[in-house]
Amino acid sequence: MKNQTVDPRRAAAAPRSGGEGAAAGASSNEAARFTATSLDQRNARTERGFHTLFLAMSIVLILPVLAILSLLITKGAPAFSWEFFTEPPRAQFTEGGIFPALVGTLWLVIVALLASVPLGVAAAIYLSEYAKDNALTRLINLAIINLAGVPSIVHALFGLGAFVLFFDFGTSILAASLTLAIMTLPVVIVSTRETLQAVPQSFRMACWSLGATRWQTIRKVVLPNSISGILTGVILEVSRTVGETAPVMFTGAVLFTPFLPQGVLDETMAMSLHLYMIATVIPDVPPEVPYGVALSLILMVLILNSASIGFRVYLRGKKKW
Amino acid sequence: MSAPQSDRLDDRIDAAWIWDRIARAVIFIGGISAIVFVVAIFVFVAKEGLAFIFEKLDLGFFFTSPEWRPAQEPKPEFGGLALIAGTASVTGLAMLIAVPFSLGVAIYIGEFATGKVRETLKILVELLAAIPSVVWGFIGLTILNPLIIDVFDVPVGLTVLNAGIILGLMAAPIMTTIAEDALKAVPDTYREAAEAMGATRWQVIRQVVLPSASKGLVAAILLGVGRGFGETMAVLMASGHSINIPTSPFDSARALTATIAAELGDTAKGSDHYKALFSLGILLFLVTFVINLLADVLVRKGASDRS
Repeated sequence: MKNQTVDPRRAAAAPRSGGEGAAAGASSNEAARFTATSLDQRNARTERGFHTLFLAMSIVLILPVLAILSLLITKGAPAFSWEFFTEPPRAQFTEGGIFPALVGTLWLVIVALLASVPLGVAAAIYLSEYAKDNALTRLINLAIINLAGVPSIVHALFGLGAFVLFFDFGTSILAASLTLAIMTLPVVIVSTRETLQAVPQSFRMACWSLGATRWQTIRKVVLPNSISGILTGVILEVSRTVGETAPVMFTGAVLFTPFLPQGVLDETMAMSLHLYMIATVIPDVPPEVPYGVALSLILMVLILNSASIGFRVYLRGKKKW
Repeated sequence: MSAPQSDRLDDRIDAAWIWDRIARAVIFIGGISAIVFVVAIFVFVAKEGLAFIFEKLDLGFFFTSPEWRPAQEPKPEFGGLALIAGTASVTGLAMLIAVPFSLGVAIYIGEFATGKVRETLKILVELLAAIPSVVWGFIGLTILNPLIIDVFDVPVGLTVLNAGIILGLMAAPIMTTIAEDALKAVPDTYREAAEAMGATRWQVIRQVVLPSASKGLVAAILLGVGRGFGETMAVLMASGHSINIPTSPFDSARALTATIAAELGDTAKGSDHYKALFSLGILLFLVTFVINLLADVLVRKGASDRS
């Protein structure tokens, strides 16, 4: 048994070398000490069986997605051109590009970040630095889970009822971005809280013992030591915000505007809604165009996520504690 | 040094102290913001929909009739059965796919895989979870649709099967991540104790890790159900969006979420139709709230069982 825990490389090598070699190696090793009974052999077979099953499941889950991705690339890439990214759509969406939708998505993301990052970081600071283990904290955690779990279309109803109508922002970037901000708030809170909690308690104690207040400690010690982790969470939030469709459909994103938005109270086009519309509602769109939009959307999300993951891995290597 | 019950060490009131107080207040507001928003969501959705439920909506009719004709004149009909059946069938099929796969992959990542394989799988699963729902819907519409027509030789491919597969692929990565967290929450000492008694790795997983993580795993499944239940764009685009009670996976269906998304744009504010859509929103909010609450209780209970 010890073999398996001490030498993980051997266990990891098993699936690659077809399972047989490594398992045989392990059992011959053990045979030097014990004689494998039929029970041992049956156990080893069962284990190998499940190992292979779960590995196969992992592959089956990943493979179709890789297939879909490559199909999107082959069908969508022909649509890519300089014009595609820099021109507005023309002739009932059959010509031109997606420039206004790109700009609109950028507006939506930036305004949403301006609202959600300060709030989310404050919430995370509260949970990590101030909150005691009491009913209020449990309630906050439950609220965060719920905020993340409420269907996006319910967020849309809320955005319409609250921001568009009650606060009278109209269908605008402001209303749509605030809806997105509330929807993605849990992403910022959860990732920031994890980063803050990873700062060793001894750092804080050292600072407190110099006579610093709690806020001074947070500002001068805790936040500087976790700023890059917070950034990782923010990138993740951006990737979520970019693709959201339902929350912006009725709050600020429209199918077409002749002008680029000039301020937060303007309506805007957005990538996600654009994809939905040209894929379902608009007739006679050349087939490569929706593939191109889907591909740009997925690339944006994957690049942002990879950046976030890469950043995290890099930070883990750089960590001083 | 002042009395220990004060959280200050001396009685100096200076700029740093004042800033500390201000920061504390601001941060507290941030801290409770999540609660405020959840309450606000319910209040604003209920404000438009609740009065309609009590005054105009025949709840018996809503839960027993498949006739959803909200714009019919002079007498609109609000039967929700077909929509509920649509949501249930799509979510159910998605879970048939997602539950075994997410648990299998979570066990593989958490218990079998090591080193680079494990890291790579985790990253792939994370990237899968990041694909936006509108792109999934597009995939259902343009790739899975012709595929289903070809493979099963059926006239339409935008069906419960299509939406179920798409939703299963969407929910699986999220459930995998949560299930893996549940496995990770089982202390290594449990595994070591079992291994010290001569258990094989599979025996450790089946008899020690899985029973100990069971509540967390059920929570992962529940959150997956909540996810599927609330998914909007993908279901709207892949399910065919026709109002009928599906009797086979090859029937088209329509989900509660998709109904709101498709119809809200065409309704006049304050009309019965508009309010009816908000009351569907109340239903969605309440169901996901209960699911999330249940999952949270389970995770908490799983943790307290171990300590």
